[in-house]
Order: sequence, then structure tokens, then C-alpha cells
Amino acid sequence: MFLAWRELVFARARFGLMGGVVALIATLVVVLSGLSSGLVNDGVSGLQRLPVTAFAFAEGTKTDSAFSRSTVNVDQAKAWKSRADVGDATPFGNMLVNAKAVTADGVQVPIDLALFGVEPGSFLAPAVSAGAGLGAPDGIVVSQTVLEHGLAIGDTVVIDRLGTRLKVVGTTGDQRTFGHVDVAYLPLRSWQQVHAGAGPGDEVRDGAYAEATAIALRARDGNRIDLPGGDAAAGTTSMTLKESFGASPGYSAETATLTLIQVFLYAISALVVGTFFTVWTIQRKHELAVIRAMGSSTGYLMRDTMIQAAVILTVSTAVGFLIGVGGGTLLTTTPMPFALEVPPLVLAALLLIGLGLAGAAAAVGRIVRVDPLAALGGQR
Amino acid sequence: MTTTNSTSPRPNSRRGDAQERGGLLVEGVTLTLGDGDATITALDDVHLNVAPGEFVAIVGPSGSGKSSLLAVAGALTTPDAGRVLLDGVDISRANGREKARHRREKIGFVFQSGNLIPALTTLDQLRFALDVAGKRADDGYDPRELLDRVGMGHRAGHRPHQLSGGERQRVGIARALVTRPAVLLVDEPTAALDRARSDDIVTLLAHETHEANVATIMVTHDHDVLHHCDRILSMVDGRLSE
Repeated sequence: MFLAWRELVFARARFGLMGGVVALIATLVVVLSGLSSGLVNDGVSGLQRLPVTAFAFAEGTKTDSAFSRSTVNVDQAKAWKSRADVGDATPFGNMLVNAKAVTADGVQVPIDLALFGVEPGSFLAPAVSAGAGLGAPDGIVVSQTVLEHGLAIGDTVVIDRLGTRLKVVGTTGDQRTFGHVDVAYLPLRSWQQVHAGAGPGDEVRDGAYAEATAIALRARDGNRIDLPGGDAAAGTTSMTLKESFGASPGYSAETATLTLIQVFLYAISALVVGTFFTVWTIQRKHELAVIRAMGSSTGYLMRDTMIQAAVILTVSTAVGFLIGVGGGTLLTTTPMPFALEVPPLVLAALLLIGLGLAGAAAAVGRIVRVDPLAALGGQR
Repeated sequence: MTTTNSTSPRPNSRRGDAQERGGLLVEGVTLTLGDGDATITALDDVHLNVAPGEFVAIVGPSGSGKSSLLAVAGALTTPDAGRVLLDGVDISRANGREKARHRREKIGFVFQSGNLIPALTTLDQLRFALDVAGKRADDGYDPRELLDRVGMGHRAGHRPHQLSGGERQRVGIARALVTRPAVLLVDEPTAALDRARSDDIVTLLAHETHEANVATIMVTHDHDVLHHCDRILSMVDGRLSE
């Protein structure tokens, strides 16, 4: 530590430059982490907030199209409900619609909605923070984000083409979105009418009231559900709640892209740090030879360099994160899907520091090869 | 083979017991460098005995083996044959880790131009040497006192680029002595200095050798400073002679 700290102070411009690059990368990592969290919220917060252990879709349903293609029979819920490890099972309808909201002032606001059809009174029925709960056939409970479009409780939403009129009766008080579309809960029977394409006064085709997108399953307390066994008995293809996130439109592609960018940033950061310490070590080759000639052990020199790397990485990451969090806080007030969450930020900071140290460790391996004999002679 | 076995006029009483009292004894050391046809004999059956408090100069043309002798005596290189006893301990067959320990505990190096660490102040150069050796100021010399002794106390807070060549050498000498080594190995200390400063530096080396009772070997081209030395040896083609 004796030499490490004094060199940090002495060569502060050089270390500062390297630290600046790491700080910028750290800022980018925060922004990307915020975007990832924001996109996750935008993509699947509606699913995340369902008290569901797993979904049972129509047999053979693939993950990437589960919610849009699957149709199950509501009676399949009974087969699941009879299983010992299942606490409850209820039909769940899911579809995306275009609509127009009509405000109290008569203004029409175009709006997209993810309609979640649930049985009022079932475990899927949403708790409301304002207004009334599900019950009325035309009543919908909407995500708080719907109200941010200018709608209010009591306003009417008219579904395009069908002309079905739904009334906003309550709000969940939090963000619930699916595939970047705001969620509106409605009674399953009303959902089945919309799903069947029946507008007001239209006759609903046979079997429409027996249909749902999936069976929502809730494990008995403390139990895991034997999904393959239940599938075999009910004739379904089930997936856990987390697996079902992949069925949210665009979710997998978005998260994979952002994860890839973050991985690249971690790699770039490690390379920057590794390259800096490689050059730093090469520049100090003669000085290191002198120190080794003085009897310094390799461990002493490597420890010194690693302390320098740890100090620079920690300070730079902290500065970068402060800037990122500061800027990110501003972004959370914009429509951009952005959310700052502590766990992914802590993980990102640890990864930046850890991988940077790994890069530095790879670079300072050169110290082992510095020959103290090089200290003799007139090289300086 | 030319053997130099300590017949210097002064100080006679010191040389016989070099290894017992912390001196340096080089016995029949041979060192070859290079491979195949390019092999050269850098040291050819060299014998040398330097007692504590004795200041020995080694002169010779470039490539004669002077630096190789310093490297062997300083546990920087392993000789092909012979042995090097430092404080009675044979260091010639030590492994890398043991050699490093011998260097930090028993050997002080004074390099050309000082070879000071750019990031450290004059005082920190000495503190750093103590830190590398794992010693506190109590175990070695007090760095401030030693700086005063070599006339650099007033420059304690200056970094190497703020010092003249002669000042850097003075700091280098203090750095080498601060851990109280048994042997001081000095590599061309006046190579970058003018005549007056060269004389100052070698006078200081002679004084500190006697003051600190350290066995000193100085390799030099500078014949003008040899009168400060207790003994002058000549090296030609790897052979040492008086």
C-alpha cells in the first residue's frame, strides 16, 4: 500500500483518465440496467403481479406465442384444482385490443389495452387502490398507467371495431403492463365476448363462454406444483410464471439485447483496465526491476498494483453510478420505460469491479517476468 | 585463472573474517552467458573477499565482467560454479524467493543515476526501502537522520525530477544504507556526474562504508575517484586481478 497510494497521487492524471473511462462505462451500465428493469416492468409487470405459480396453456403451446395462440377450456381448471399440490386454479383470459377512451369532457384518447379476463372473486381478481373492484359486466379495473394517459375513474373505453363499451371502475394503483401495453382487468365473461368478436347485440358463437387463454395455477402453501403430472391429467402444457414472461411480446428479444450490451460493457471495462495496467506495467518495467533488486517479492508488487486497481475501480464505479442514478432519476419522470432497482445495480457494480480486477490481475502477471538484473546498467 | 585473495594494504585486519562479520566472500565463481557459439565467459574463477568497513573498487573495460560480478554478488544471478557467502550464508544456490530475501535483508544496491522511484519523495524513497525489507525505522537507520548524514535532509520533500544528478545519487546511497545491509554494491555511481560531484559521491561512499561498517564493492570506469577506495581491483575478460 506504501507505493500504491503514492503512485495513485503522483500519476493521478493517468489514473484519472482510466478511471474516467470506467466511470463512463459505469454510467452506461446504470442506464442500461434502468432500461432493462423498465422494459421488464413494461413487458411483464402485469404478469409479475398476478398471484400465480404457473400457467397451463393449450397442449403443445410454444413459449413465444403462448398468450396469443393458446385457448383452453375452462373445465380444464377443474382437473388442475383437484390436484393435491394445487391450491387454486382459475381460467385466465389475455388479449390485446385497440380502443378509444372517452373522457368526461368528451375527448377521445386512443389507447391500447391488454385485457386480462378473470373471474370476479377469484384469486386473480385485482385489489384496487381507488374506485371499485371487478363485478359489473362492463366494469374494468385498470393499471395506474392508464390514468396517466388522461383517463379517470368513471370514463368509458370503447373497443375498436366491436364497439364494446367498458367503464373504468377502479385502478390497481401501480404499473401493470403486458408487452408494453397497459392492463385492464375485466370479468371473464365480458372478456370471452370480446375474444369471440361479439359486439353489443351480436350473438356470441357456441363455446365462446367455455374458452380462456390459460388456466392460472396457484400452489398450495409451500408446495411446488408437479406440472408434468398435472399436464398429463388435464391435457395442457404448463410453464412457470417466470417462463411465461417469454410469451410477452418482444420480452425475450429486448432483454437479450440489453443483456448482450451489458455483457459487452463488462468485457470492455475489464479490457480497458487490463490494457491500462499492462501499459502501466510495461512503462514501469525498469522501476519494477529496481524494486525487485531491492528484494521486493513478486507478491508485494502484485498486491500493490491490485490495490491500485481496486481503488480506481471502486471510486470510478461509485462516481459513474452516482451520475447514472442522478440522470436515471430524471428519466423515470419521462414516458421512457426506465426503473432504478437496487439489486441489479448492486450486481452490476460488483461485476464491474470484479471483472476489472480480473483484467488487472491478468495484466500484472507481467510483473513476474520482470528481471531484477535489468536494474543494473545505465538504462535510466 | 587470476585469483585475488585480499592483499590490500588497508584495512588488513578486516579481510580475514569477512563472512563472520557480515562481509562478502566470493569463491571460484564462474559465470557463462549466452548459448551455443555465442557463449561467453563473463566470470572466470573469480575469488574476492571484502571485509566489513572495506571499500573495494573494481575497474575494467566495458564487457569485462564487472556488472556480472555485481549481479552474482547481489544474488541477481546464479553462477555456474563457485559460491558466494554473505554473512556466512551461501547465497549462490538459493532459489528466487530466498535470493529476494537475502537482497532485502543483507544487500544494498546503488545504481547508476540513482534509479529512484519517480512517485516518491526523497524521504519516502528511504521509507519505501524499509517497507520492502519489512523493517521499521528502529530496525534500520532513521530515514531523516540518514538523509541529514548524506546532506539531503533539506530536500526530504522533493521528488527525483526536482533533484540534480548528484543529489539523486546521494539519495540512492541513503536508500541503500537505510536497511543496514551487510554489503553495499555500487554500479557506476559517477557515470552521469561531473568531476566535482563524482568526487563528492565517492567521498560519501567511502565515509559511509567506514561509518556503517559495510562491505562495499564499487564498479566504475572513473579512475579519478579511485584514491578514495581501500582497494582497487582490475577485471579483464572475466578475470579479477589486483
